[in-house]
Amino acid sequence: MAHLICRNVSMSYEGRTVVDNLSLELPRGAYLCIIGENGTGKSTLVKGVLGLKQPSSGQILFGEGLLQRQIGYLPQQSTRHREFPASVREVVMSGFLNQHGYSPFYKKEEKVRAKEVLSMLGIGELEHRSIQALSGGQQQRVLLARALCAASSMLLLDEPTAGLDAEASQEMYELLERLHQEQKMTILMVTHHLAEVKKYATHILRLRGDGYFFGTVAEYEEEVGKNG
Amino acid sequence: MVEFIDALFSYAFLSRALAAGLLISLCAALLGVSMVLRRYSMIGDGLSHVGFGAVALAAAMNLAPLTVAIPVVLVAALLLLRFTGSGKLKGDAAIAMISSVALSIGVIIVAKADGVNIDLNSYLFGSILVISESDLWLSVILAAAVLVLFVGLYSRIFTITFDETFARATGVRTGAFNTLIAVLMAVTIVLGMRMMGSLLISAVIIFPTLSAMRLCRSFKGVTIAAALVAVLGFTIGLIISFVWGTPVGASIVVVNFAIFVITAIIGRIYPEKH
Ligand SMILES: Nc1ncnc2c1ncn2[C@@H]1O[C@H](COP(=O)(O)OP(=O)(O)O)[C@@H](O)[C@H]1O
Ligand SMILES: [Mg+2]
Repeated sequence: MAHLICRNVSMSYEGRTVVDNLSLELPRGAYLCIIGENGTGKSTLVKGVLGLKQPSSGQILFGEGLLQRQIGYLPQQSTRHREFPASVREVVMSGFLNQHGYSPFYKKEEKVRAKEVLSMLGIGELEHRSIQALSGGQQQRVLLARALCAASSMLLLDEPTAGLDAEASQEMYELLERLHQEQKMTILMVTHHLAEVKKYATHILRLRGDGYFFGTVAEYEEEVGKNG
Repeated sequence: MVEFIDALFSYAFLSRALAAGLLISLCAALLGVSMVLRRYSMIGDGLSHVGFGAVALAAAMNLAPLTVAIPVVLVAALLLLRFTGSGKLKGDAAIAMISSVALSIGVIIVAKADGVNIDLNSYLFGSILVISESDLWLSVILAAAVLVLFVGLYSRIFTITFDETFARATGVRTGAFNTLIAVLMAVTIVLGMRMMGSLLISAVIIFPTLSAMRLCRSFKGVTIAAALVAVLGFTIGLIISFVWGTPVGASIVVVNFAIFVITAIIGRIYPEKH
């Protein structure tokens, strides 16, 4: 049984098909990188997996007891939070809400964990700052911290390194690798960094206008070797 | 001031207006925080116009205003939240449309229906004289509900207000929450528009948050400051209205604007320290 199953999934906007008849099975603990040029439907597929957008046909299923509330999500960068009054701590803590049921208050362990995640991402000292006052890269890390707090078995990241400098982006890959290795987290990431994909990913999904490739990294190399 | 306190004890209508008004302002401000930050400010405006239409209709049909207005405004609130969410019809255009149509229907009913004897002015711009004993009790119940909601669901309110998409993506149910907000919003607007007027009630929803945002940079800070601003703005507005005989709703709006200007200046002088 796989952690995530897509069966003949198509997704469209007002009749225009963006993802066409895609099927894949992702085992638990996999590290999938989704690559492809802009506009090939990477973000759309991620939204499909999260249930934010319904497929126009086909099915997206969770397996092995995966629940929506065990998922963490980092949306593709937007400037939406520029004017929102919220402290970094408030934003990061909000990641825990999906594990709460009806209990209104955050637990002590969660407060401790939030601090840990922040310092792991190198922004521990920003805890009490307002999100408005941060740079794009700092905001991105705060949202990543929120995603990490929300994720207990799967993490979906849509271009997580956009807006980060080379060094920070490298740290991000190493951090994700640790989560993958140590916590057996299933990771789905949209990215453009082919070198890192080959180094860390277990599976690759490559979307193009006229089809897709899905397979392990070794299979991908073979495919690319064949077709150039 | 002394005059006002004297009057407060001698006129039942004035103490009722003060108590009900304070509670409604508090509710409007707290719900307003979430509405303004989600960029739904215009919904409050639209709903109050729908409320006016509904009250006019109730008067023409000889029904109690609240029993017609609350359900009508509630349905409108749910529809508007859905429109704005789905992006099918442009949200702000839909709101402008619904709101002007409802207002027009109300005005036509008031002008034309036989035997309707309602004071258009008081419905549009509010009146201090209209708060009844039952309005006061409704306000108490509403305020209790809103306060319990705010404390009990505080983290949920923040999470959904900050990023509803993230909340849904990570398995937080948002539908029930949005409905609850719509219900409380509808009741707040219908109760509040009696005193503040249907054209002015939305200001009480929006202004406190805008002022609070000049001073505070965290959600908790903004929420608390908005509640304080609302209480302050209402009290000063009511006193001015009483002492100078100015229309109550308009006085409250102008006071709120003055507070906004002051907070904007303070925000400029003392920008965030970090
Ligand atoms: N909300 C939307 N409405 C209509 N078309 C959209 C919407 N979002 C994306 N698209 C279109 O769908 C295609 C795929 O978009 P997207 O999934 O964001 O691509 P990617 O993430 O791979 O760059 C693009 O052509 C884009 O224009
Ligand atoms: Mg994208």
